[in-house]
Amino acid sequence: MEFFRIHRDIPFMRHALVLNIISAVTFLAAVFFLVTRGLHLSIEFTGGTVIEVAYTQSADINKVRHGVEALGLGEVQVQNFGTSKDVLIRVPLREGVKQDELVGQVFGAVCKAENGVVGTHQEVSDKGEQITRPDCRVGDTEPVAFKRSEFVGPQVGKELAHDGAMALAFVIIGIVVYLAIRFEWKFAVSAILANLHDVVIILGFFAFFQWEFSLTVLTAVLAVLGYSVNESVVIFDRIREAFRKYRKLTTPQVIDHAITSTISRTIITHGSTQLMVVSMLVFGGPTLHYFAIALTIGICFGIYSSVFVAAAIAMWLGVKREDLAKSVSKDLDPDDPNAGAVV
Amino acid sequence: MNRYPWWKYAIIAIALLVGFLYTLPNFFGEAPAVQVSSGKATLKLDASLEARVSQILVDAGAKADFVQFEGNSIKARFGDTDTQLKAKDALTRALNPDADNPSYIVALNLLSRSPHWLSSIHALPMYLGLDLRGGVHFLMQVDMKAALTKRAEAITGDIRTLLRDKNLRHAGIARDGNNVEVRFRDRPTFDQARALLTDQVTDMAWTPVADANDMKLVGVLKPETARRVQETAVKQNITTLHNRVNELGVSEPVIQQQGIDRVVVQLPGVQDTAKAKDIIGRTATLEVRLVDDSAEAGAAAVGSGPVPFGTERYLERGGRPIIVKRQVLLTGENLTDAQPGFDSQTHEATVNLTLDANGSRIFKDVTRENIGKRMAILLFEKGKGEVVTAPVIRSEIGGGRVQISGSMTSVEATDTALLLRAGSLAAPMEIIEERTIGPTLGAENIGKGFNSVLYGFAGIALFMCIYYRLFGVFSTIALAVNLLLLVSILSMLQATLSLPGMAAIALTLGMAIDANVLINERVREELRAGASPQAAIHAGYERAFATILDSNVTTLIAGIALLVFGSGPVKGFAVVHCIGILTSMFSAVFFSRGLVNLWYGRQKKLKDVSIGAVWVPPTAAADEPAKS
Repeated sequence: MEFFRIHRDIPFMRHALVLNIISAVTFLAAVFFLVTRGLHLSIEFTGGTVIEVAYTQSADINKVRHGVEALGLGEVQVQNFGTSKDVLIRVPLREGVKQDELVGQVFGAVCKAENGVVGTHQEVSDKGEQITRPDCRVGDTEPVAFKRSEFVGPQVGKELAHDGAMALAFVIIGIVVYLAIRFEWKFAVSAILANLHDVVIILGFFAFFQWEFSLTVLTAVLAVLGYSVNESVVIFDRIREAFRKYRKLTTPQVIDHAITSTISRTIITHGSTQLMVVSMLVFGGPTLHYFAIALTIGICFGIYSSVFVAAAIAMWLGVKREDLAKSVSKDLDPDDPNAGAVV
Repeated sequence: MNRYPWWKYAIIAIALLVGFLYTLPNFFGEAPAVQVSSGKATLKLDASLEARVSQILVDAGAKADFVQFEGNSIKARFGDTDTQLKAKDALTRALNPDADNPSYIVALNLLSRSPHWLSSIHALPMYLGLDLRGGVHFLMQVDMKAALTKRAEAITGDIRTLLRDKNLRHAGIARDGNNVEVRFRDRPTFDQARALLTDQVTDMAWTPVADANDMKLVGVLKPETARRVQETAVKQNITTLHNRVNELGVSEPVIQQQGIDRVVVQLPGVQDTAKAKDIIGRTATLEVRLVDDSAEAGAAAVGSGPVPFGTERYLERGGRPIIVKRQVLLTGENLTDAQPGFDSQTHEATVNLTLDANGSRIFKDVTRENIGKRMAILLFEKGKGEVVTAPVIRSEIGGGRVQISGSMTSVEATDTALLLRAGSLAAPMEIIEERTIGPTLGAENIGKGFNSVLYGFAGIALFMCIYYRLFGVFSTIALAVNLLLLVSILSMLQATLSLPGMAAIALTLGMAIDANVLINERVREELRAGASPQAAIHAGYERAFATILDSNVTTLIAGIALLVFGSGPVKGFAVVHCIGILTSMFSAVFFSRGLVNLWYGRQKKLKDVSIGAVWVPPTAAADEPAKS
């Protein structure tokens, strides 16, 4: 079986301008949504409290909301999480509210809305582990059960945001330096630009749909950044090889040849990775949902950007046979007029 | 050309064997167990209790797989939950005759079911994170400012005493934040004091400041002192937390320092945050009182008379009763430090206490008036007091430095010092992050993570086998080996597996197949270009390697960034991701080549390779870019 029966090199670079305009538009749209809508940051970054409870029947969101709002904790968000029985309650940070007791208070309010009584339940799991947990009882039934809670103080959130930015910077610098040593600065710059454009687009999606941007999503973004740079590396590798092998070809022809000869591998490996990600999307549950979504967008745009964007930027930057034939490059011209042609 | 020397196969065999052995414990699951730990700070477990526990279990007819003493708890594993409950009841009855004042904590727990010979080669299952087994997680911030202020306050007191002892008159000592200002009226005193303070109070850097009307010495806490104070504050808080958490009977509590000033506390199996917080935040208090050595008190101590008016009966650590006056002379508030040490003259083990200014003054008066009598230092926990030590006062003690000595081994001295310090937290702590995960959610998460990996792996395997035929099978086996090695290394490192970690396993496998796709595509390409099968395999592996290396390095850069800057779940992800990249280099390149060599390498006249149909463009020759 062979999916890709390509007769001749596909002239990708002939359409470079159109493709670059498309990415520029997507990129600008992503930036637009990021600026106007902003990211819906999870409490890990903003600080606050999250409580997840599970009802035995479909939950009445309004009833829960009324119950929790009675506590006067400010703008409380109540929504379903995963299924209609699971409810997630978000309480923002508020001056003067003792966070330590918040979880207990909110659970108490949720329980009261069901006319239940909060108590402590001690049980031994079927495996033989002693478990103590708060429970909410109405007679013999337990209409709502405590699933998890999370409280993050304000100082932690700020640090996480800072650490995230540092990690992103580290990845960018690390990759640029490595590619510059391994290949050439033009490749390094174009690879990182292409992949940063992916990152911005992922963030744009999260801003547009107001999906929750959590620490795991940030992890996915950084992991996918390292991963899709791979793709550019594979293509650059081929470009270098083709430059050495076919001396008569022009730069766009070399790039076309490199992309054509790697396209089947690109699609197959991304497809395999995507298989895993789909599996996470389907089986991973709500915790891994946005993680898998971020990866999916990252992988799809990763293919697009490394095939169409990275090579094109390298072309605009004026990559030449001489750059790769010799390891020392002479024309490190930052005033290159084409250097501005960036997506 | 496609043959491996025997030692390469040997490496593969060893890697597989080690990988298998260390992955194995993860499959045994957990068995019910009972854990016995100390219920009091003053009670230390030792090996003799292990024998006692075994005896109790034998007497009760609860057959344990083994009884094991480790660090600060004794664990016994059982075949089923019925025996476990029976054992728990028997142990509780036998070890805690007084149910209201339990000396030991007997709790139900889980232990790995893996056989003993595996544990003896340190093949242990991965530690499951809280999101997979349920429990509470606290991140606590130690208030370093308070710790430093406390230290500066203590130094201020020292200076006051020091100047008084040397008869140097000052015009006022004031503490301003962590700085101390000492004023003087005349030059000679100032010079003398400056020499004295620079020499004696080495924790501070002294600078003279000229003022309009008088001379001033300003002491600033030295950076190394500040660092030491902070380090000891965190360490002491961790010790205190350990003592308190033990009481919860949690099987594997994690209490770790994170960063300079934070402490992570993870308590698996606990969902009741209120109780956990109550225990963590509880303050044990220390009190210094005088011992009543009168005849009536002596009679009361042995139980032949009533306890005299104004006194109370407490037990010493050894269990001997002692009658102590009700009047509290000093509390733990006045104690700034307690360290084990040695007497420079008698070479006896000692415990050295440091009191603050107020405490030293009281202590001086008390000791002057009570030479020859005994004083008792009591530790109150959960509202119950116990005498830690009751030394005889030999002389008047001024200056706030107290040395307790006499018939102590150095281990006892260390324990006593620890107990005296354990009474309180060195600096207040605040919970800045709190997570609670219910036990059912944990079990659900394991299932979800496991299914993600399983079905993702199955999908990839199916595709690879169909698309690349035998080479696809090799790739799939290589991927399975990658998973095996990854899990075994994680088990060896005793890494904590969390849901993000499982996601990382899935993602890493999805990315690792990339190397095999690269190789297979390259082999196909060589075949398409007309290379002989053996040459195509050889060239495919050789040429693909540089690309695989490049792509793994970039992925690794991202992984390392996450490892360095990430915390908590991100770090868990990053560890798995980085290790997975490294193991994939071994399995996808070295191991899969070994498989291919084993299968094809021996066939001298290889005509065909099973790598799926290799399609050759009909006009290949015409379209091939012109070669120069």
